[in-house]
Amino acid sequence: MSDVITLKNLQKSYGQVKALKNISFSVKTGEIFGLLGPNGAGKTTTIRCLTTLAQPDSGEILVGGVSAITQPKQVRQKLGYVAQEVAIDKVLTGRELLNLQASLYHLPLSLAKKRIDQLLNLLGLQEYSDRQTGTYSGGIRKRLDLAAGLLHQPQVLVLDEPSVGLDIESRTIVWDFLRQLKLAGTTVLITSHYLEEIDALADRLAIIDQGEVIAEGSPSSLKDRLGGDRITLKIREFANFEEAQKAKEKLSSLSFVEKIIINQTQGNSLNLIVTPKSNPISKIEQTLIENDLPMFSISQSRPSLDDVYLAATGKTLIDAEIEASNNRDLKAEKKQAMK
Amino acid sequence: MTQSISPNQFTEILSPNLDTQIEVKNSIFRDFLQETLALTKRLFIQLKRRPSSLIAGVIQPFMWLILFGALFFNAPENLFENNITYGQFLAPGIIIFTAFSGALNAGLPIMFDREFGFLNRLLVAPLASRFSIVAASTIYIITLSFIQTAVIIIASAFIGAGLPHLLGLGAIALIVFLIVLGVTGLSLGFAFALPGHIELLAVIFVINLPLLFASTALAPLSFMAGWLQIIASLNPLTYAIEPIRYIYQNSDWSFASVVMNTPWGNFNFVTVLCLLLAFDVVILLSIKPLLSRRFA
Ligand SMILES: Nc1ncnc2c1ncn2[C@@H]1O[C@H](COP(=O)(O)OP(=O)(O)OP(=O)(O)O)[C@@H](O)[C@H]1O
Ligand SMILES: [Mg+2]
Repeated sequence: MSDVITLKNLQKSYGQVKALKNISFSVKTGEIFGLLGPNGAGKTTTIRCLTTLAQPDSGEILVGGVSAITQPKQVRQKLGYVAQEVAIDKVLTGRELLNLQASLYHLPLSLAKKRIDQLLNLLGLQEYSDRQTGTYSGGIRKRLDLAAGLLHQPQVLVLDEPSVGLDIESRTIVWDFLRQLKLAGTTVLITSHYLEEIDALADRLAIIDQGEVIAEGSPSSLKDRLGGDRITLKIREFANFEEAQKAKEKLSSLSFVEKIIINQTQGNSLNLIVTPKSNPISKIEQTLIENDLPMFSISQSRPSLDDVYLAATGKTLIDAEIEASNNRDLKAEKKQAMK
Repeated sequence: MTQSISPNQFTEILSPNLDTQIEVKNSIFRDFLQETLALTKRLFIQLKRRPSSLIAGVIQPFMWLILFGALFFNAPENLFENNITYGQFLAPGIIIFTAFSGALNAGLPIMFDREFGFLNRLLVAPLASRFSIVAASTIYIITLSFIQTAVIIIASAFIGAGLPHLLGLGAIALIVFLIVLGVTGLSLGFAFALPGHIELLAVIFVINLPLLFASTALAPLSFMAGWLQIIASLNPLTYAIEPIRYIYQNSDWSFASVVMNTPWGNFNFVTVLCLLLAFDVVILLSIKPLLSRRFA
């Protein structure tokens, strides 16, 4: 299938902060494509460049073969955009907002009315449509925003973190809806920092970290590329590095162990990659005992997207999130102090 | 939630429209009209559900009339030219100042839209031109200004300022329109250029009252210090106030009447209108790049 979106070597800085260092990926027609990354990775910045809200410093953006940089208006027509923060005018009713949206995309009046009724119905919004949106719950707002993004039948619906702040039920509704949308032939580009969300929805994904794409492919191919099963081993709840290092050395000599990473951010736990079907746990236990090393916990799993991230960056997505939020606070504090 | 809908209907409703020619088929002008009307409608819905700004907007000029009128109540007769009362002198100033203040605030809702992310909805849409945002705000402000102007004219008539003829009222409306158009454009330009509402409020604060005092709204040119006369003669507000004042004081006015005396010459009605129009054109041209700007 052909590519409907192509991003090539996108770069963008905010002053000293390099929000996008080098972003390249492409989205194929008709798929759900996921952009996965921790807080501050540059997902929103990428989406803002794509939707013509922001101008990249350099790089190329093509949507259906049209450049978002030189022909923004044509690209706007092809995209539907559901922003990270739902932006609705609290004073308008749902229907009034959709009417406004329809006019911004120049739908003829009769078509607008038909599409608004259809989408309200499809998203279960009829009973809310004539209430002011200020009274809506988060889930209902998100659904209204989805309806607004789809009024003009865009080729690609772009959603920035669609399930942040939603309860589980609303999230399920949104996920089911996106699957329906794909079945109907609309391409979906979705960003998320939830592994499960991308794993559950995306046909293909790109993982971005600190403004760079570190992996691209289907979830299963990315996992397969990592090879064998994962084992997470903690010798102590909080082991010191030397001890972990020693365990790593001893365990490395086992024939079925392919690779070991010490995860310093999680109490120096050891992440082992082992050849599939090797039944390794008892042999690992035995090796530890022989070398006078303790064992706190051990678990085995198929590779997950988190492992893909771990392999590429040396830390888990959760840790990156925590790190990012710490960094952000520091920055904010500095700014505050300067005032 | 969607049990009653068949898979076929799903496909019909959710499938993409691959006809990329839509935007070419429609005429730019019709698109512009459609988006302008929709944006204007939004502003009026907001006004209908939150009318306090209109109420305040009507009360305020009323208070100006009463307060400034009282301030100079015991001024010696004939202090102002042509045997007129201060009330008569003041009404045109208050009309223009009120319209000007309203227009100067036009950027605020846009700035809040920007800060709340609602503006993104407009910016990702394939608008025929972002001047539809300016047009919608202008239509909205002009409507408010006309309501305010009507109130001021009626109130002034009761105070004894007299009532211009129908043609005079039309000319006043035209002048109010010209000043509102330019100042609304200016304010929207600021709303697109400045970082946030704090800065916008600061700019509005710095421009608003000084421009009032540096115009002929409250006192004639002849009262002013030399340097202020020069500033007042450059102030667009003066060019809007003076012709209205002339209409108020001369029922036999015509488009050739000299309505303004400045240090650099006397201007007739048509010239003043052309200058106001030029003011609008310059502002609209200079905010064009701001409107098409992409934000961080
Ligand atoms: N307007 C801005 N001014 C300055 N820095 C910015 C701006 N927008 C984003 N950044 C910085 O650029 C980097 C990427 O931010 P971005 O919002 O794209 O991340 P994200 O992946 O969307 O994160 P989140 O999961 O929090 O939404 C961050 O370091 C952020 O602080
Ligand atoms: Mg984001």
